[in-house]
Formats: sequence, structure tokens, C-alpha cells
Amino acid sequence: MALVKVDNLSRVFDVSKPWLNRVLERREKEYLTAVSEVSFDVAERSTYALVGESGSGKSTIGKMLVGLLSPSDGHVEIEGIDLANEPDAAKVDAVRADIQMIFQDPYASLNPRWRVKDIIVEPVASRGGKTEGMAEKLLEQVGLSVKDAGKFPHEFSGGQRQRICIARALASEPRLIVCDEPTSALDVSVQAQVLNLMSDLKENFGLTYVFISHDLTVVRHMADVIGVLYLGRLVEEAVPGRLFDDPKHPYTQMLLEAAPKMDAFGREIQPPEGEIPDPINPPPGCAFHPRCPLAQDICKRDRPRLRQIGGTRVACHFAE
Amino acid sequence: MAEPVLSIRDLSVEIPTRHGIVKPVDGVSYDIRAGEILGVVGESGAGKSMAGNAVIGLLSPPAHIASGEIWLNGKRIDQLRGEAMRRLRGKEIGMVFQDPLTSLNPLLRIGDQLVETMRTHLKISEKEAEKRAVAALEEVGIPGAASRVNSYPHEFSGGMRQRVVIALALCAEPSLVIADEPTTALDVSVQAQIIALLKRLCRERGTAVMLITHDMGVIAEATDRVAVMYAGRLAELGAVEQVLTRPQHPYTHGLMASTPLASEGKARLHQIPGAMPRLDAVPDGCAFNPRCPRATEVCRTPPPPRVKDGMAACWHPLVEDVEEKVS
Repeated sequence: MALVKVDNLSRVFDVSKPWLNRVLERREKEYLTAVSEVSFDVAERSTYALVGESGSGKSTIGKMLVGLLSPSDGHVEIEGIDLANEPDAAKVDAVRADIQMIFQDPYASLNPRWRVKDIIVEPVASRGGKTEGMAEKLLEQVGLSVKDAGKFPHEFSGGQRQRICIARALASEPRLIVCDEPTSALDVSVQAQVLNLMSDLKENFGLTYVFISHDLTVVRHMADVIGVLYLGRLVEEAVPGRLFDDPKHPYTQMLLEAAPKMDAFGREIQPPEGEIPDPINPPPGCAFHPRCPLAQDICKRDRPRLRQIGGTRVACHFAE
Repeated sequence: MAEPVLSIRDLSVEIPTRHGIVKPVDGVSYDIRAGEILGVVGESGAGKSMAGNAVIGLLSPPAHIASGEIWLNGKRIDQLRGEAMRRLRGKEIGMVFQDPLTSLNPLLRIGDQLVETMRTHLKISEKEAEKRAVAALEEVGIPGAASRVNSYPHEFSGGMRQRVVIALALCAEPSLVIADEPTTALDVSVQAQIIALLKRLCRERGTAVMLITHDMGVIAEATDRVAVMYAGRLAELGAVEQVLTRPQHPYTHGLMASTPLASEGKARLHQIPGAMPRLDAVPDGCAFNPRCPRATEVCRTPPPPRVKDGMAACWHPLVEDVEEKVS
């Protein structure tokens, strides 16, 4: 069963200049479309990865999943409840307790004035739950020591801080954890430790992850299903084996080709042309057409819908 | 064999602190030849940037070169100070930093920045410098270079800014470029463009490059030789293919195995237990010994092993195993 259902989700930000400037400079209002008509399901106890370059809207989707941002259009349903529109506050509250988030920067996401044990139990304490001995138990589960409970965040390294963030996320016994670039700030060897920990916890607690990353190698290792985003649009979705062996969308193909490879000594690649376009004035039709080798007239006119080809969902007129 | 462009001999950098002296760079030696890209790889705190800063004389006090020699094109440069060092920077050594926005002056048009750099180091007229600025921007692949010279840094995207920085680093035709994490702040597709650009320009001009990065994928793709650093020391030095596919040092081996790229569908990644030691608590003997599965008594007693002719700085390098099995 799908734990998370994302249906036609869009988010638009108003990035206009202040009213007086608009009047004086005769400017129109400006809108930035960060996420545009994205739909996907996340099955319970699976890891769904959102991958894309900067500005692809992956973090915005993550924030809408946990309710830190409200959708401009479309719905996010978790456990069948639409958090943004559900009138029954008790139901919303119950679902909220099942969602947690892990952020990218473990230096910014821990309160420096709180002791680790207070940080970890806060999700439970804020709801008036019993927290006795909880921090110590969680610290052991994430591979830290019971003695660390009384320390402050500055006494820990980046990897250890991320473990504290994970312990905090586990405190309320959530079903869904949204991880926004959880290992991007960490060194490779520490990243391996944290990723292994996350895999173990998923097994032990039956967790569902939405895993947001720009790193294809990490995504390939962690995900059960991968969604590739480009300029706020979902362009391809498939299981890792399929996506990496047989990418359908020209953008996915370009991304895989451009990613550094371990065995490509002295490889001479033709690097991809161009950069991600301006999301305030996205190109009409398919957002990728200005950089796409396959682009035809139809790509400039019509925005391709997601189509099912084999086990892959792909948004391209010419994918086959 | 041609004389190396840069030659570092037994370089140590020290920082005096209240709790004693720490050594962020400890006894490091390597050469870079013309047209060669040497990758310097390591985790944060391994001393890779510190070594680069020592070469270009950008160590911020109290950090200082405690011992060792740095030779650039046959001249010893580690004792240069002030004006002499300033003339070297930009002219003989170009520098590309991680964040292109902070390495450009936001108040000057990029053309003016290029002209200023060239006129400081080369004896050319204003007109000539302007012409060369446009040519330099064209060479790094900035579309519409003739009009873009009049733009300010904020008008460029991240990837384009990094191209401008590369144009700046190369405009005085230095013999050595130090690129410190040049693609870390960039997206994958832009990273591929920047790496291809660096490789092309250095091959065409025969510039030596020190490419400092933490990304093994970038190392594999861009470099000819690689130096692996751990806790301020050189763990392994060699041809990139050999070091990455047949690492001799247990640390290099662990590092390679822990990248998800190398995991190929395995459920768990290889883990190196523990973390890199703090610089004020580097263990006796080999710095890696507390985390090393092969450590024995000799590894725990000083002096630490050093890198020599294609051999890793290790008392029990992994290559022995292979030979034993073969024989």
C-alpha cells in the first residue's frame, strides 16, 4: 500500500519586487515555479529517492511532504489524509506524529544551547509523552554512547551530529522520514557509516524514507524507486537497475553520462551543453528542449505527460 | 625526464596552539610535471588544502612552513615573502578556489578584473589586455564573450563564474595552477563541463595542475597521478589507475570501498571504523593504525612509514598479499 500519495503537486513562489518598485519600474509580478505537476506514490517500507540538480525542486517537494510548505496546487496524502485540507485537526495531528525529517546540515539543525538528550526527546516531550531513558536508548541505537546524552552538540563531529539528528527523528517512532541530503555535508567514509545506519534502522523499525539527494551514486545505493526531477518536473521514474542500465529520458541519460565514474581514467567526454534554465521564465513545452539532442517542434509546443514504458515512467515525446 | 614544474620536498606546516604544536601537513613530498594533473585527495582535515596554500604562500598565521622545501621551475619559493611572493602569485601560479562568487570582486566588471591581472603581471598595453580578455573568455567557453566582458560577476551563473575564475587564473600564463575543490559547489552536468575545460586548457598550454578534491570520481576522471592524504601525511602516491584500482594502503582501500559507486548493489557499504584523528592527537607511528585491520606492533611505534617510489606509506601494504598468492 502507498504510504504517501503525491498527486499533481505544484508550488509557486511569488518573487516579485515590492509594490512601489513594480509601479515605478513598470514591472509585472513575477512567479517562480519550483514544483510543477509532480505525481508519485511511495510504498510503505520502501525508499523513494528524489534526485536532481540544484533548482530542480527536490527540497521544496520534501518540505511540502512534511508540511513545512503548503502546496499551491495538488495534494499530498499521507496515510490517506491530506494534511493541507483535512478539516479534522485530531486526524492531522495523528499523522503528523508519524512524519519526521532529517536535514542536510547537522551544524545548523541542532540547537547549540540544548543538551543532546533534550534535543533527542523533544519530538516526544513537546507532545507531553514520557521520555525517561529514551535518549540513552536511542543514542545506543544510532551507534553513540550513553555518556553522550549530557553533552552539547559542539562536542561532536559532523557524522556524530547527523547520528543525533537521526536519533531525534526516531524518537517519536515515525513511519515516514524525509531525508533532505542527509550525507552531503559528510566525508565519504563517514557517509558510508551513516548510510549503513540508515539502512539498518529501516529494516529494524519498518521505516519508509523519502530520500532527497543530488548524488546519483548514493541514490543508486539507497533507493528502491528513483524519481528524476528537472526544473520542478518529474521527468523519469524507475527502479535503480532500470534507471541506470536503460535511462529513457534524454536528461537522465545526460546526467548519467556526466557523472564521474571510477573506472573512467582519462575519459574524454563531450560535456553536456548549457545549464538549467531560469525557473521564472521556463521554456515552453518540455523544459529540457533547449538542451536536448532529440528536440523537435513538438517539444517546444507541448509539455510531455508521464508515460509508462516497460517499468519506467518517463515524460518525453520521443522516449521509447 | 623533464624537470618538474613544482617539487615539494618533505614539507611540514605547523600551527602553534595553547596545547602544543599541531602539524596539519607533515613530511609531504611530491612533484608535478608540465601538462600533468596531480590529484590531491583526502577527507576534511587531511591537510590537502593546507599543502596547496603553503605552495602559494597563503598560510594564515600562526600557521607556517616549519621545514621542507618548495621548488617552482628550479627556484626555491618557500622562503619568499611579501612583494616577491605577490609577484609569483597570479604570474607563475594561478589559483582556482571552491566558491567562484567569493573569488571575484563583485564591484568590478569581469573584463576589468582580467585586464588588471594581466597588466599587473605582463608588460602589455591596455588595448592589448582588453583584446586578450575577450579571447580568454572565449577560450573558457563563455558565449558572447565580447559583450560579456562588461558584465558583473552577479550576472553570471555558478558554472559561468567558475569559467571566469579559470580564465583569470590562466590569463597571465602561469606554469602551475592550484585548483582547490573547483567543482564542489557545482551541479554534476556543470562539473563535467568545468573538468573537461581544465583538462583541455592544461594540455594545450602544458600547465601543471594541482587538483585538490575529496571526490574520488573527479580524481578518476581528471587526474594523471594522485596523492592520498591522511592526517596531514601522504598515505599513497602513484598513477591514478594504479592507486584507485589496486590501492596498496589500507586507508585508500577502505576509502575506495566505502564510496557507493564501488558498492555495486551490495546491501551495506564498506565501513572504516572510527574517524580521522584530531590533529592534536595523531597516534604514534602510522596515523592510521587504530583504524587499520592490518596494524601490528611496528605500526604503533615511531617513526611513521613514508611514501617511497610507488610504494604506499605502510608497513604492510596490500600488494604483498597479491604477490604471496601468485608465488
